[in-house]
Amino acid sequence: MIERFALWVDDRLGTAHFVRKALRKAFPDHWSFMLGEINMYAFIVLLVTGTFLALFFRPSATQTIYHGPYTLLDGTRLSEAYQSTLMLSFQVNAGLLIRQVHHWTALLFIAGIVVHMSRIFFTGAFRKPRELNWLIGITLFVLALGEGFTGYSLPDDLLSGTGLRIAVSVLLSVPVVGTWLSFLLLDGNFPSHQLIPRLFVAHVYILPAAIAALVAIHLAVLWRQKHTQFPGAGRTEKNVVGSPLFPNYAAKSLALFAMVLAVVVALGAFVQINPIWLWGPYVPWHVSSPDQPDWYIGWLEGALRLGPPWALHLWGHTIPSPFWPAVLMPALLFALVVFAPWIDALLRNDRAAHHLLDPARAAPMRTAAGVAFLVFTAGLTLAGSDDVQARYLHTDVISLVHFYQGFCTLGVILAFVVTYMIAAELRERERERAPARVRIRRNDKGGFEEEDLT
Amino acid sequence: MTPKERVIALFIVLAAAGSGGFIAAYFTGGSRLLEGVSLAGACAMFGAAALGWAFWIVPQEHVVDEVEGYPSQTIERMKQTNELTEVQHLVTRPVALVRLLAAALGVFGLALLVPPIRSLGTDPDETLFHTKWRKGDALTRIDGSFVRADQLNVNAVETVFPEHAIGDPMSVATLIRLRRGLLADAPDGYVVYSRLCTHAGCPVALYRKAAHELMCPCHQSTFNVLDDGAVVSGPADHALPRLPIVADAGGVLRATGDFPVPVGPGFWERP
Repeated sequence: MIERFALWVDDRLGTAHFVRKALRKAFPDHWSFMLGEINMYAFIVLLVTGTFLALFFRPSATQTIYHGPYTLLDGTRLSEAYQSTLMLSFQVNAGLLIRQVHHWTALLFIAGIVVHMSRIFFTGAFRKPRELNWLIGITLFVLALGEGFTGYSLPDDLLSGTGLRIAVSVLLSVPVVGTWLSFLLLDGNFPSHQLIPRLFVAHVYILPAAIAALVAIHLAVLWRQKHTQFPGAGRTEKNVVGSPLFPNYAAKSLALFAMVLAVVVALGAFVQINPIWLWGPYVPWHVSSPDQPDWYIGWLEGALRLGPPWALHLWGHTIPSPFWPAVLMPALLFALVVFAPWIDALLRNDRAAHHLLDPARAAPMRTAAGVAFLVFTAGLTLAGSDDVQARYLHTDVISLVHFYQGFCTLGVILAFVVTYMIAAELRERERERAPARVRIRRNDKGGFEEEDLT
Repeated sequence: MTPKERVIALFIVLAAAGSGGFIAAYFTGGSRLLEGVSLAGACAMFGAAALGWAFWIVPQEHVVDEVEGYPSQTIERMKQTNELTEVQHLVTRPVALVRLLAAALGVFGLALLVPPIRSLGTDPDETLFHTKWRKGDALTRIDGSFVRADQLNVNAVETVFPEHAIGDPMSVATLIRLRRGLLADAPDGYVVYSRLCTHAGCPVALYRKAAHELMCPCHQSTFNVLDDGAVVSGPADHALPRLPIVADAGGVLRATGDFPVPVGPGFWERP
C-alpha cells in the first residue's frame, strides 16, 4: 500500500532516492537530542488546543454584566473577553480541561526551549556551521515569549491586566519613541479598548505563523547540516552515528509525543492553572497582592524590583527608572546570547566547523559563562516573588531585595569563578588520566607505524 | 504472540480503553478529572506501546551518515564568486542609477510602512500630563456619592474620583484619613494621593497605617504619606503626586485643582 503510494509520488516527482535516504538518516541516540522535539510537539499541542479555544473566546473589551453559573461574579461588570473565558471554563464541556492543557503546554514549551538552548550552548553545538540555527532558535524563543505573554493577557482578568499595565509602562520608558510606541499600540492612553483585540491578532495569527515558518526553516537547516554528536568510538568530525529515522527513531519520537501529550493532559486535568474567576475582572484601580506573572516573565518582574530608582533628566526630557532593568538590561542580555557563537569563536580563537560536541568541562570559559547567565536569570526570577518569600520567611521585602541584588552581582561572579575552576580541574584530570591513544597501522612497505590520536 | 508482544498488546488495549473512557466521561457529565485521567492515560499507554515497539519489535541497528554537501567544492565556490562579480559589475556599472534606485526604494518602503503604522493610534495626548480633577470637584466614590469629612474614621481609606469623571483610570486617587494634627496642611486629617504608581503604573493600593506609607504590590515601591508622597524604598524614581483638597462649608471634600505634576509612570516627554 505505502509502497504503491511512494511509487505514485515518484512517477510525478522522482522522490525515490530522497525517500530512501531520508528513511535511513542517522539520528544520534542521546536523550538530550530529544529536548528540541519536546518543544515541537508542545507547539503542535498549542496549535490544536488554541484553535479550539479561539472558537469560543471573544477578544473584546466591551463591558457587559455577568450572569452565569459562577454565581460569585453574578451581576459584576466585566469585559466580553473575561466573560467568554468564564463561559469557556464553566459551560463548554471539556473547555476548562483544554484551556488548562493549553496554558500548561505553553509553560512547558518555553521551559523546553530554555533547556534545549542550554544543551546547545553547553555542548558548543552553536559553533560553525550552526550559527544559523542558533539565531533562528533565539528568534523562536523571543516569539514564544511573545506568544506566552499575549496569550496570558487575553482573558482580561485582574492579574493579566496588571501585567499589561506594567508592560505599557515599560514601553513608555523607552527614550524618544516610547510614548509614541505606546499610543500607537493602544490607540491612546492605558487602558484601551484596542489592546485585547490587537493582542489576539498577534497571539493567534502573526506569532504562530512566524513560529511555524521558523520551525520549518530550523528543521530544514538541521536536516541539511545533519546532527552534531558527542565524541565516541567511531564518531568523527565527518560522520554522524545513530539510529535510522525509520523505523527506530520514528518509533521513539512518537513515544515521546505520546508521553508529552500524557503529561500536559494530566497537568491540565489535575493541576489548576490561572483560575481567572478567583482573580476577578480587570479594574484599573484594583490590584491583588501578591501579584506574579507566568514563570518565563519572572526574570523581568524581578529585574523591575531590583532595578535602581534612577531617572535620568536630559534637557527637559526623562528616562524613567523602568528603562534600565526592563529594556536596557534585557537588550544587552539578548545581544550577548545572539553573538555567543562569534564571542565563543573569538575567545577560543577557533573558527573551524565542528560537528563533534564538547563535554561541558572541555570549555571551562564557555561553561562558566553559561552557568553565570543562568544564575543571573534565576536570581532575577526568584526576586520576582520576593514579597511572597518575605511572607514565608518572616522577613521584610527590602532585605530580600538587597539579598537578590547581591545574588545577581556577587553571586553571579562567584558562580562564574567556581564553575570555571571545577571545569578546568575536570578537564585537567581527564587529560592526566587519559591513556595514550595510538593507532597501529601497516604501511605500504609491510612495516608497522604508530599514529598518535591524542 | 511472544510475551513482549503481549505486553505491547496490553498497552494498546489500555490506550483504546482510555480513549473510550474519555468519550464516556465527556458524555456523562464532563467531569474534568475523569476526562483528563482517561485521555492522559490513553496517551501514556500509546507512548508505552510505541516504546515497546521501538525497543522490542524494531531491530536495533546503527547507521552512519557522512557529513557532506557543504561547503561546496572549491571550484564551484570560485565559479560562483566570479559569476557574481561579473554580473554585479555589469548591472551596477551606472553607479548613479543604483544610488537613485536605492533612495527611491527607501522612500517607497516608507510609503508602504507609514499608513499601517500611523493609523494604529492617536498622538500622545494631554491625558499623560493632566487628569480630570478640576478646582471644586467633589471627591466622589465609584457609586457617585460624595465623601464628607465626618464620614471616615482615622486610618480609613477610600477610592475616589472627580465628580465629573467617575471611573476615570488616570484620575483615580486614594483618600486617607490621618490623625488630626499629624499633617498641618491636611483638612481634618484628610490626604489624597494618586492611585497610579510612579514606577510602572500599578495601583498603589496598600496603606500601611503604622508607618503612614502607601505601598505598591507590584514592585514594592513605598511612598511616605506624611512627606508629600516621597519615595521611601523600592524602584520608583519620583514621589507619588498629592491632590490638594479642602473641606467646603457643607463638609464635602473638594479638590482645589489638578495634581501639581503628571501622574503615573515616567516617560520621555515628562519634564
